[in-house]
Amino acid sequence: MSIALPTPLAAALRQEQHAHSHARTPAATDAVANLDSVVKRYGKTEALRGLDLTLRPGEVLALLGPNGAGKTTAVRLLLGLTSPDAGCVRVLGRDPRSAGARTRIGAMLQVARVPETLLVREHLALFRSYYPRPLATAEVVRRAGLEGLESRGFGELSGGQRQRVLFGLALCGDPDLVLLDEPTVGMDLTSRRRLWEDVRGLAAAGKSVLLTTHHLEEADALADRVAVMSHGRLLCEGTPDEIKRRVAGRRIRCVTSLEVDCLRALPSVIAVRRDRDATVIHADNAEEVVRQLLLRDRTLAGLQVSSPALEEAFLALTGDAAPDETAFEAGVTHS
Amino acid sequence: MSTPTLAIPPDSPRLPRAVRILLMETQCELARLLRTRAYSLSVIGFPVMFYLLFGMASRGKPAALYLIAGYACMGVVSACLFGIGATLALERAQGWLDLKRASPMPGLAFLGAKVASCAAFALIITTVLVTLGTTLGGVTVTGWQAAALAGVVLAGAIPFAAMGFLIAFLVPPNAAAGVINLVYLPLSFASGFWMPVSVLPHWLQAVAPALPTWHLAQIALAVFGFAPAAGMALHWAVLGGFTLLMLGAAWITFARSEAAA
Repeated sequence: MSIALPTPLAAALRQEQHAHSHARTPAATDAVANLDSVVKRYGKTEALRGLDLTLRPGEVLALLGPNGAGKTTAVRLLLGLTSPDAGCVRVLGRDPRSAGARTRIGAMLQVARVPETLLVREHLALFRSYYPRPLATAEVVRRAGLEGLESRGFGELSGGQRQRVLFGLALCGDPDLVLLDEPTVGMDLTSRRRLWEDVRGLAAAGKSVLLTTHHLEEADALADRVAVMSHGRLLCEGTPDEIKRRVAGRRIRCVTSLEVDCLRALPSVIAVRRDRDATVIHADNAEEVVRQLLLRDRTLAGLQVSSPALEEAFLALTGDAAPDETAFEAGVTHS
Repeated sequence: MSTPTLAIPPDSPRLPRAVRILLMETQCELARLLRTRAYSLSVIGFPVMFYLLFGMASRGKPAALYLIAGYACMGVVSACLFGIGATLALERAQGWLDLKRASPMPGLAFLGAKVASCAAFALIITTVLVTLGTTLGGVTVTGWQAAALAGVVLAGAIPFAAMGFLIAFLVPPNAAAGVINLVYLPLSFASGFWMPVSVLPHWLQAVAPALPTWHLAQIALAVFGFAPAAGMALHWAVLGGFTLLMLGAAWITFARSEAAA
């Protein structure tokens, strides 16, 4: 799939982000967690290319981005599981690799399997023993919705239940900061909504939460602030409403003989891609684009206009960010 | 199926926190290994089955005594290599190790619990073998000998646990069990776990003293007088050096894989 993102939009996003980052600098001192110009390389690939990110006390921050954007790497750095190649990572005022920071952090990582023959109760007891002031078992069970599962082996649980156990493990130490890496991945809708309730409970209890997701819907449901990542950098950040406004627009699908470049030049078009025989156009002002299409192409067929799933619109935003970035940077140098 | 449950101790504030965590971690690890039948049945089952087959065939003869020591060594080596090498390789690949490392769990408690659990398995195997030998095998084992053999396998758990750590960090998780079999079966054969080294081909006899398992076997066999009592210090020293070598290599491998992941 190839998506073309017109330069002005990327530029607009970036300019806004620049304004943001200048206003943000003083807040970094009382931040719960902070990544400052962090670069992380794995061999030749740069997972993070100068990421700046701040988590403020008591907020729920969603790190939103497609797979490979660097979200998990950011979480691993915040947990001290890996070290940055450049830049600075601070968590609760310390280096996250120091043992002291970990007693106030709870983490939910993407764990494929945990020892399956241990009972949920035993897993909780073990994790509680790691912390100086653990949350009461009954409270962990209540907050993570594990009632009735305590005496089950982890291997007997469904996917959603397993995620809830992992969520429970993150709560064992009654942490001030909770990091959730793709907490609802592989969950059905019911389990997902149930976990959203649990995360809202954390926020209500005054915890600072950072969660990663590739669902805009999830970020919208949970977060006070959304940071959109792509290719190891922050693309933009704002409230869920601000982000949603940026990915607004509708999707026009039709079979047309018009060239992609010609379509791109139409007013308010955000992205154009070919999907087999059909062409999919993502545009802010669908009516105007349709009018132009019908005027210019008498053979046009199979016309459909729909609101894109938020995910799709979001992918359109991040999907082709890298080439545009260079275009934008060149633009800045000249101006 | 009835799952034996753990008696989770109430918080005992008198013990230092790290010791409490070590105990708790050991309890969980042991319960988990016991309940993992693929592990517990084969690690305990093979030496016991071998003893029933070959020990009993030499009922009342020196071989029935020899094999108690030999199979006890086999028990501790397999308990450690499979119990740590295979399980930790999986825990690493599946993200569980990362979650544990992200918690304030002391790393030494985690590693110590694994060693202690495998040592406990070695002790169970040895106890079963001594019981079988003195009843069905028709040999006499004094209390001192039983205690000495138990001490040898407990101490022997340390070097082979260290080897288990290296395997866990070195070998892809799906290949771990195969690699362990490939390492441990020849080691068992060439070190006199199954029959005296003196009956092996000459070139193997020459190689044996280079194997850590041979030194372990010499110490265990000396308990029953099948190996010279002199030179024990050398055997222990070799096992000690092997432990350091394995731990060092495991640490380097781990650090490298972390830098790349």
